[in-house]
Amino acid sequence: MKVQRWTPMSKIFTGGTVVAALLLASVPLVFDPDVVQKLTTLLILMLLAVMWNALAGYGGLLSVGQQAFIGIGAYGTVFFADQGVSPYVAMLLATLLAGLISVPISLFALRLRAAQFAIGMWVIAEVISIIVRLDQNLGAGTGISLIQLNQYEPNFRQAYTFWLALAFAVIFLAALFFLLRSPLGASLQAIRDDEDAARSLGVRVVARKRLLFVLAGLGCGAAGVLIAANTLFIEPGSIFSVQWSAYMIFMVLVGGLGTFEGPILGAILLFAIQTTFTQGGPWYLVGLGATAALFALVLPRGLWGTVEERLGLRLLPVGYRVVKTKGEERAA
Amino acid sequence: MTFVNAVLQGIFLGAFYAVLACGLSIMFGVMRIINLAHGDIAVLGAYVVFFIVEHTGVSAFVAFAVALPVMILLGYVLQLTVLERSLKAGILTPLLATFGLSIVIQNLLQLTFSPDVHSLGSSAGLITTSSWQVTSGLSVSALGMVILVVAVVVFGALQLFLSRTRAGWMMRATAEDADAAELVGIDSRAVYARATAIAVAIAALGGLFLGIRSVFGPLSGPTQLIFAFEAVVIGGMGSLWGTLLGGLALGVAQTLGAQIHPQFAVMAGHLLFLAVLIVRFGGGRVVLRTGR
Amino acid sequence: MTLLRVEGLDCRYGLLQAVRAVSFEIAQGEIVALIGANGAGKTTLLRAIAGAHKPLAGRVVFDGVDITRLPAHRRVSLGVALVPEGRRLFPGLTVEENLRVAASRRRGRWTVESVLEVFPLLRPRRQMPAAGLSGGEQQAVAIGRALMCNPRLLLLDEVSLGLAPVVVDAVYRSLAGVISEGATVLLVEQDLTRALKVASRVLCMLEGRIVLEGDSKSLDRDRIVSAYFGLRRAV
Repeated sequence: MKVQRWTPMSKIFTGGTVVAALLLASVPLVFDPDVVQKLTTLLILMLLAVMWNALAGYGGLLSVGQQAFIGIGAYGTVFFADQGVSPYVAMLLATLLAGLISVPISLFALRLRAAQFAIGMWVIAEVISIIVRLDQNLGAGTGISLIQLNQYEPNFRQAYTFWLALAFAVIFLAALFFLLRSPLGASLQAIRDDEDAARSLGVRVVARKRLLFVLAGLGCGAAGVLIAANTLFIEPGSIFSVQWSAYMIFMVLVGGLGTFEGPILGAILLFAIQTTFTQGGPWYLVGLGATAALFALVLPRGLWGTVEERLGLRLLPVGYRVVKTKGEERAA
Repeated sequence: MTFVNAVLQGIFLGAFYAVLACGLSIMFGVMRIINLAHGDIAVLGAYVVFFIVEHTGVSAFVAFAVALPVMILLGYVLQLTVLERSLKAGILTPLLATFGLSIVIQNLLQLTFSPDVHSLGSSAGLITTSSWQVTSGLSVSALGMVILVVAVVVFGALQLFLSRTRAGWMMRATAEDADAAELVGIDSRAVYARATAIAVAIAALGGLFLGIRSVFGPLSGPTQLIFAFEAVVIGGMGSLWGTLLGGLALGVAQTLGAQIHPQFAVMAGHLLFLAVLIVRFGGGRVVLRTGR
Repeated sequence: MTLLRVEGLDCRYGLLQAVRAVSFEIAQGEIVALIGANGAGKTTLLRAIAGAHKPLAGRVVFDGVDITRLPAHRRVSLGVALVPEGRRLFPGLTVEENLRVAASRRRGRWTVESVLEVFPLLRPRRQMPAAGLSGGEQQAVAIGRALMCNPRLLLLDEVSLGLAPVVVDAVYRSLAGVISEGATVLLVEQDLTRALKVASRVLCMLEGRIVLEGDSKSLDRDRIVSAYFGLRRAV
């Protein structure tokens, strides 16, 4: 028996991912700003799904309040840009701010379990939203524009935003990829399998979860930054909306909770649905909610997890697999 | 005097929250699950009452009596279709499934009844407008008193049910050890379904009060869920009387917060909730206690 | 007359096969002891008969009715009661509530009053939560709770576990009263001497299989010990 990380398939696919990222980088040079804006939305969805999955799929932390960090990222961008820094620098600062704020929140949130954590995070998002509404400088309840971006010509602006989205997506995907492949990844796996057993073996459970929590705080903050840059106008009612959590849950459940590739697939699916049913509206949301509930009950490993299980496929090697060597196969 | 009045109004408001929270507390106590669609079910109850009032012109209370069997049936269906499956599948599944359900209910309500808000106030009779002016700064509204009395009656009745009836013992036994309960002949599936039916019925009562007190729309559910959950946590998860006290504490916190700044009302409740979570550090007892 | 027939029962705990192709019969009125080392599969076998553990294969036939697919509470209403390992009382319920919650529609000799007669030590504890009882009292409640459904087959899983010898004696004295009522009993007992004294027949399990079966009076103690520990000459 031997332990294997890379399969020929995963080598090809990982290489393919890098090529795909390079190809994507050329999108703004080829396509209309319209298309570029849509693809930016796709990258944002992908980033959100991957971050939510990092929390729930690898940390067992089901958050209904990640919109807190989306809002911090978006409003942070406006805030720093108002202070006179260049808007793109403001975006980086806002992302860091979201990560920074996630640290004190994690201090107490990670002590909560299951529903307490889920709704606790939701209430934190509500509290931050109320604070924003109380601040006249941030437009209070009515919203605010990111006017500083108007200094750029629209085509360039859209291209910059796209590249930033691509860079964020690549950085956070890579960060999670390498995190899961490191020894930390193995202890996360242990926590997911049996938290109490892992703790008794000396795994520092809370510290490991904090890492994921802060990563997700940064990632959702980055998504918020991108939403602000992509739409140029934000208001607390929608940026702090629990709808974001609904989208994240849908993407991850349908794609595959706890799989690396699943959330990416889920984001592509949600994006396809959103572009097909442009009207949006209640029926579309009824469908999303029902699909998410059905997947949770009937197909908890999601599309990707099920495919992976059935076919033994592994495109991006984040774990190990045990393979029988030839001699053992004969013996068996 | 304004302080005393604020506390009094807070108690009335809190009694409403306690009724909202009661079902959530029962389901957590018996099955250890939090139904994230609880607020939406309360709002659905308000819509069912509204529908009956609109079509027959009866008073909201009569309509509620008609709606009650419907909601109880809905509770059984909810348990047997969604919750029972999710219970077997680990701690995250009930949350995920009921979150999906919550979105479904909100948007089905929007499709059926339009996004407009409604109120049951006009169909509840004199009760919504009467009040006694005790002193110049202190008034007692009839509606507030009714809700407070009903809340106490509901919790008292539940206490009697759990401590005096065989069905109540069966529920407590199942809550403490479902496996052992099966071994003494208790059908745990039936007990769970009964608990959910009771929870949904009381949620609908909360919906009725929501509709009479103020207005509701298809998207009112999540806010009600948050308030209900805050009441449950403040009172101590799994404790029935704790939930009543938790609801009252939340109500008082909100009305006192409103004294500082109108927009600070909800915030004060959130802060109390977070403070309780921090103090308890999320450990907490999780067994249905009945306060004896 | 055969009351319980187990045919080719296989049970699995995760990857561990706890019970392998077990078959045996118990006649009405028999007292059978199930013995074996820790991990031999005794508890799993009892739980499978009671319906608390889904078997992988095989059948459980009670009084001519195949109950393999019935949930535990339905088997109780047919008259199969298990006193589970570790007692598993409802700690927040009082002694009386623990008993009355188990009362079934099956009428018979056992009521709260008659249980208290057999276990008089519980009478002063009637209104106390079960959590506050001593080990022996808890065991008495556990047995009494199982009796409340007027079982035709009583399954007892290590009722002496964790109790002081004096208390074990008291529990078995009370059990003798129960047994003299004509109940059919399958009991798991670590203490070999006690098992042989109470039971008329012995089943010995080893690694999930029944390796020795026989009359408790006629069985040679050495043979039992060998089967118990899996020494070669027993097989």
